[in-house]
Amino acid sequence: MHDESPTPQDVTPEQMVRDNIVWMLRLAERLLGDRALAEDAVQDAFISAFKGLEKFEGRSSLKTWLHRITVNAALTKLRQSKRRAEQSIDADLPEFDQYNCRIEMPWQYLASLDEVMQKEDLRKTVNACIDSLPDSYRIVLQLRDIEGYNTREVAEQLEISEANVKVRLHRARAALKKRLEPILRGEMF
Amino acid sequence: MNIRLISGIKRWTKGLMLKHMHRMITCREFEDFVLQYFDNELPGPQRTMFELHLRICRECREYLAAYQRSIEIGREAFKSDDDVLSEDVPENLIKAILEARKL
Repeated sequence: MHDESPTPQDVTPEQMVRDNIVWMLRLAERLLGDRALAEDAVQDAFISAFKGLEKFEGRSSLKTWLHRITVNAALTKLRQSKRRAEQSIDADLPEFDQYNCRIEMPWQYLASLDEVMQKEDLRKTVNACIDSLPDSYRIVLQLRDIEGYNTREVAEQLEISEANVKVRLHRARAALKKRLEPILRGEMF
Repeated sequence: MNIRLISGIKRWTKGLMLKHMHRMITCREFEDFVLQYFDNELPGPQRTMFELHLRICRECREYLAAYQRSIEIGREAFKSDDDVLSEDVPENLIKAILEARKL
């Protein structure tokens, strides 16, 4: 999560907002799945950023710093909104028989990354599958696999243990794999 | 014999083999190591057992390939959405943020 960007002292507040608002909105919308909530979260994030400007020590870039603030603001909104009840993902987790052997339908075909990415409707289905995961799993998957935070950072952001992050991440990935199976097996081409 | 019975017998045979083979783990134990394997956090002996299981178990091999592909696809789908979307700067929101700053 490092890049070359100016420090807050180099730019005016308006320039800081203009330079960063678009990607911050997309990030918040990815995490919240709702445009109005994302706008609220970004507004809160900028207000936190302005208040915390004096504490900004320059140990990370401005963008990295704003990224963390936006994630925190979005997570706060998510906790407040509780947009849907948590559903179990047990049905999408790997199955084993009484001999501890995996029960897995044979794979005749596994779609490549390019095959899926070339089709806009498939990309949308992938995003919908991620969005369909229960929030407590989806957020861990998004922060670790998509936004690039490490396990310790995700644990701090969510105020849960690292062991809990690992359990949720593995279950989220396994459930996503199950939900993507029609695409991965080439049944939707 | 029907397919379910045949696959049940195959799994029973494999279960016995995995249980009694030296340094072999079951599919369920393999599952517990998947995350550490991808994070390169598996200690040497466990990594060896994991990779040995991977060599002889088709189900786990195929499962792992699909698991890995779904991570790659999930990551790319979000990234490509970011590349495709061109968004205007939301002037109303910028105004609201700058006004809130003055309060």
